[in-house]
Amino acid sequence: MSDIIVRVVTRLMIPYLQLYGLYIILYGHNSPGGGFAGGTVIASSLILYVLAFGIDDEDLRLSPSVARIIESCGALAYVGIGLGGILLGANFLSNKAAGFPLGIPGRVFSGGTIVLLTVSIGLKVASTMITLFTNIAEKEGEDES
Amino acid sequence: MMRVALEVVTLVVIGVLLLMVAQEMPSFGDPTNPVHNEVSRYYIENTEEEAGVQNVVAAIITDYRGFDTLGELTVLLTAIAGLLAVLRS
Repeated sequence: MSDIIVRVVTRLMIPYLQLYGLYIILYGHNSPGGGFAGGTVIASSLILYVLAFGIDDEDLRLSPSVARIIESCGALAYVGIGLGGILLGANFLSNKAAGFPLGIPGRVFSGGTIVLLTVSIGLKVASTMITLFTNIAEKEGEDES
Repeated sequence: MMRVALEVVTLVVIGVLLLMVAQEMPSFGDPTNPVHNEVSRYYIENTEEEAGVQNVVAAIITDYRGFDTLGELTVLLTAIAGLLAVLRS
């Protein structure tokens, strides 16, 4: 992978892709989007980096160990927010019944736990896609060499 | 030759049956369709008050059906665990 056009365009695109992914995650409760879609966009930007610059470039890409930690944190955050509902005296994963402040509909921080749950879903989905891609790609590289 | 003829006849029969069933489907966007029952109306009318968000889909995914999403995250976690177990053996 030494095509300079691919590398330059990738370097230009990645910040906007990641910003767009964050936008989709954080505004998922007000506009079309959500954790699954936004996490996929963020993961695709990092996969694009690996495709353009190669998997051996250890400087900038998200390392698999960090991705694994983020992945566990995403799933644990989802369960932890759900358990917060129990601690506040309601059911597992309850939102309004547990007394989480709903805020004004339309704002970024509204809807109680929905924003937090969406962010944790986004982290989980993004790290899952990156871990799948990097592990399979590394395995392929080992088999070929 | 016999087998090919049998396959063609089977496929034609299945296709005709599926087309006959498709003729009986309710037309798209008809307000009397079975999907437009009280469940979807309840979500559309009560999401903003009960969940405090504007996107009904997000409210259903993370609030009304939170357990379902937890299951989806578990699926992702299991997929990663399986992949790592296979690749690193």
